[in-house]
Amino acid sequence: MSKTNLTRRGVLKSGAVAGAGVALPTIFTASSAAAYTNEPTGSSVTLGFNVPQTGPYADEGADELRAYELAVEHLNGGGDGGMMNTFSSKALKGNGILGKKVEYVTGDTQTKSDAARASAKSMIEKDGAVMITGGSSSGVAVAVQALCQEAGVIFMAGLTHSNDTTGKDKRANGFRHFFNSYMSGAALAPILAANYGTDRKAYHLTADYNWGYTTEEAVKTSTEAMGWETVAAVRTPLTQTDFSSYIAPVLQSGADVLVLNHYGGNMVNSLTNAVQFGLRDKLVNNKNFEIVVPLYSRLMARGAGANVKGIYGSTNWHWSLQDEGTKAFVKSFGTKYGFPPSQAAHTTYVQALLYADACERAGTFNPCGVAEALEGFEFDGMGNGKTLYRAEDHQCFKDVLVVRGKENPTSEFDLLEIVEVTPVDQVTYDASIFGGDLGTCNPGA
Amino acid sequence: MLGLKKKDATLLLIVIGLTMFAPFILNPFPDGSAMAQFNAGYPDLMQRFVIFGIFAIGFNILFGLTGYLSFGHAAFLGIGSYSAVWMFKLLSMNVIPAILLAMVMSGLFALLIGFISLRRSGIYFSILTLAFAQMMFALAYSVLTPITGGETGLQLALDDPRVLGASQTAGGNIPVPGLFGMEMRNSFDLAISSWVFTFNVGYYFCALILIAAFYLAIRIFRSPFGMMLRAIKSNQTRLNYTGLNPRPYTLAAFVISGMYAGLAGGLMASMDPLAGAERMFWTASGEVVLMTILGGAGTLIGPVLGAGMIKYMENIISKINSDILHSWFAFLPDGLEDFIVAIVYPFIGKGWHLTLGIIFMLVVIFLPGGLVEGGQRIAKWLKRGKTEDTKPGKSTEPAE
Amino acid sequence: MDAIILQILNGLDKGSAYALIALGLTLIFGTLGVVNFAHGALFMIGAFCAVTLSRIISFSHEVIDETRTDFLGNPLKVDVPYIYDWFGEATGAAIIDWSVPLSILFAIPIMIAVGVIMERGLIKHFYKRPHADQILVTFGLAIVLQEIIKYYYGANPIPTPAPEAFKGSFDFGAMIGFAENTIIYPYWRLVYFMFAALIIGAVFAFLQFTTFGMVVRAGMADRETVGLLGINIDKRFTIMFGIAAAVAGLAGVMYVPINPPNYHMGMDFLVLSFVVVVVGGMGSLPGAVLAGFLLGILESFASMRQVIDLIPGINQIIIYLVAIIILLTRPRGLMGRKGVMED
Repeated sequence: MSKTNLTRRGVLKSGAVAGAGVALPTIFTASSAAAYTNEPTGSSVTLGFNVPQTGPYADEGADELRAYELAVEHLNGGGDGGMMNTFSSKALKGNGILGKKVEYVTGDTQTKSDAARASAKSMIEKDGAVMITGGSSSGVAVAVQALCQEAGVIFMAGLTHSNDTTGKDKRANGFRHFFNSYMSGAALAPILAANYGTDRKAYHLTADYNWGYTTEEAVKTSTEAMGWETVAAVRTPLTQTDFSSYIAPVLQSGADVLVLNHYGGNMVNSLTNAVQFGLRDKLVNNKNFEIVVPLYSRLMARGAGANVKGIYGSTNWHWSLQDEGTKAFVKSFGTKYGFPPSQAAHTTYVQALLYADACERAGTFNPCGVAEALEGFEFDGMGNGKTLYRAEDHQCFKDVLVVRGKENPTSEFDLLEIVEVTPVDQVTYDASIFGGDLGTCNPGA
Repeated sequence: MLGLKKKDATLLLIVIGLTMFAPFILNPFPDGSAMAQFNAGYPDLMQRFVIFGIFAIGFNILFGLTGYLSFGHAAFLGIGSYSAVWMFKLLSMNVIPAILLAMVMSGLFALLIGFISLRRSGIYFSILTLAFAQMMFALAYSVLTPITGGETGLQLALDDPRVLGASQTAGGNIPVPGLFGMEMRNSFDLAISSWVFTFNVGYYFCALILIAAFYLAIRIFRSPFGMMLRAIKSNQTRLNYTGLNPRPYTLAAFVISGMYAGLAGGLMASMDPLAGAERMFWTASGEVVLMTILGGAGTLIGPVLGAGMIKYMENIISKINSDILHSWFAFLPDGLEDFIVAIVYPFIGKGWHLTLGIIFMLVVIFLPGGLVEGGQRIAKWLKRGKTEDTKPGKSTEPAE
Repeated sequence: MDAIILQILNGLDKGSAYALIALGLTLIFGTLGVVNFAHGALFMIGAFCAVTLSRIISFSHEVIDETRTDFLGNPLKVDVPYIYDWFGEATGAAIIDWSVPLSILFAIPIMIAVGVIMERGLIKHFYKRPHADQILVTFGLAIVLQEIIKYYYGANPIPTPAPEAFKGSFDFGAMIGFAENTIIYPYWRLVYFMFAALIIGAVFAFLQFTTFGMVVRAGMADRETVGLLGINIDKRFTIMFGIAAAVAGLAGVMYVPINPPNYHMGMDFLVLSFVVVVVGGMGSLPGAVLAGFLLGILESFASMRQVIDLIPGINQIIIYLVAIIILLTRPRGLMGRKGVMED
């Protein structure tokens, strides 16, 4: 450790000397001297990793941070290179980005918009970060994305699933690799129809905030198109911990499928409660009662334990995929940390690499140049097959995984099995349907 | 000076000095050095220091003087933020109308909530204010999403109507808040040798308001009105016997305090045009209680110090990661380095909550009067070294 | 009708958790006059006693299974609990299965010890300090405790299921003559409710019918006089703190199968339990229990979709709304005494 870090400090020092103009007692520099916000002038470039380190999503944040550290290692030429070897673009050479060594700073979003913005601002204002990435909720992603737009840096979203991030709240400086509610609904509906039939009555429990609304809407629309009927949709408070009073009346309503539009702690508890009430042992309308969780994550599956068995959901990526990119990533992540990466780790690792690659191809860190390089960029070898960064809304389009809780897991990480890889065409939608305005890229300064 | 006694004038001058020279005071370490991690002199954090300082000063007018512990004060901060952002969306990007509306709206809500809650005292009052704030948080986060933006918060958009001013800048971006053309985010850097000091328009705007707010607080503390509030704290029954009705006084204090919170909320939105419901969650209300008690409830400067301390921990300690830790102790032999890092690591970065909890406990166990008492003890200790017969060197006067 | 019975059942169950926490909080407040913000943390520690015991029981050694591979393609390492080796697989599995009920025995001494250490080591020094100081120090303690738990157990919830025998639900509706599948109720929730009733009954009986309890009640009413009679009231109060901690801890242990525990579950309950205590009336034990069940039931009613359709968002605010109404109509909560915590 010590050796690399001594040089790290040296780099910081020389960078500061170059930037500050040593030996001159008073120099006034208006911040508009640079071409864009935080233009790296030394031999290194600083990225800001803004992830939840405290609060309920801290474990997810820790996994994101592990992935970022791995990405930085690979970008700087360390380790086995991971997905850089399978990535279809070969612009990255393992010598940092544009020849500059990649440094990073970390911050705590606390999964609160205010704290996330404060942390991102400190990275931009104090540490000179030229790109901010990370996060584990849509509220935070939208808030930080708007901030980055205003400040003139690139935002590479982490785990955010709401349609709004690249829909009504999209920004020219913000990019999302993760999939969204609409895609979950579109991917899930055919599988649900194939397994549970087209004559089903669904009961939705929905987290009472923006992400919940968009997910409920997406699943409702796409299942109704398959012939399902929606019996009721009930909103549950974010702060709810015991869902018994929401779950108990489900059977009385005549519904035979329960859709839990919940995430994180809400989902763990509502699913646990639903299984506790024995819903899955019931026979309603002469059909087995079923439960569906539109958005799965491995950490949540772990929290819910055996309750996830046999329950369908969708996910952005899973380590058991067998393509070359996934295998390379799982290998280098697993070797370094001893367990397979989560989908949060995957999306953040890929985002870091995509950003670095865009800088290389653009030949600059200027947000406008980077944005231009990312817009309409098609790539492969990053675990999701052929992927497009759509120019109109900065959303990635790629295959979506439909998964099911595994009946006989071999370890605490092996909880989900892939049922279907829904091809990208099935989940693609028109960029205009969610409204919003991208605006123009802002280089700041 | 300005109708203040000498002691208060000195205190005000200290506050003026601290706020005006904050960019220097908060950046004691040269840029790029290992200690630069502890520098707090960047615009966002400096703004937060003064904004939460204002919030805590206002809270202290209620809690420190009357003893009424409001556990829902963050609600007014939230209302202030929402009002200010709506003003930016609808009227203009000038911060003055936004801040005015923030104060008016939070004042109105404070009048309503205070009128109801002040019918009870003690913990019953605390729970009433908590209940109002929690209801406002819950509704703002969910069913009021069209007005408040819900989870993602209320933000500016490219198609805001904005009567006075353009919806978009010439470059096709959302305009930023400013004061008659002076953008709040503008700042310039002063580099002296390897030190870099940042002077930010928004910060100085907030700082001037803090000084005004602080001055007003001194005047309230020293006024007959402030006297009356203290009488309520020490013995309300006796006050009743003298034929005085304390309710209008406490209500006035509650409204003033709520308007301070609204002002802080409006300033927050002016520095960073976004308002989120989490600002009203009970933990946010708890935070201002902690700031006030940590700094020293009932003292003038205590709440400001407490606010600074908590915000510093939240923003500086949380950013130290194991990589930085390793670089600090890199001069040690490898085994020892890893050992020390392993000991320190749980307290920094993701463990900053732990450090915060320990500091709360230590301060309240050993310094019942908060940080101000700590300062007084040091001052006393220093004075004892010089002269024997001076009076206790109190820099400020607690309410009781 | 069936929908209403169903929600009353749910409410009783939710209420039992509220009532148990509020009961402990009131015991501490009533005897020691201390506002304990760390009480939620005690509930959480209780829950983690159950997690810890189940981990201790299933302490394992690795056996390499050559037939299967792990995610990196190496032979799979399977964890085999030592208990399987000692008692055979069937008995071992049964013991692990019953780890949550077993944790009750494990948690009682731990929680009493935690409570006594807390009181002697910290709270004792705060009897004469203002309530604000008590709140701050106990809040600091709560943060420290939950961060320690987070450091060792992570932030993610940890599934800790009930024994197989209590899984699933029974059809309560069919038993009392309603149609099938209208009123179903999980076995474990019934267990939780009965357990809570038992504990509440035991605490009341203890205070009502033992000499120790009598002295404590006398001390609650007038501490000085009891002290003048030559009774060492401090020692008894320490024990009461231990008992209150144990009540919170047991509430936590038994709650684990209902919702997987995480490090911040105490904070989630903290504010709610304070509302319960205040609505019940500060310092009143029956008030705390009554308010716990009342708020649990009202919360359940407010979450019915017919009610939400009528008043959108009512499920978000019901508890607080009720608290406001009760405090405005009954100045000291449902059963509060005059002069307690009013200044």
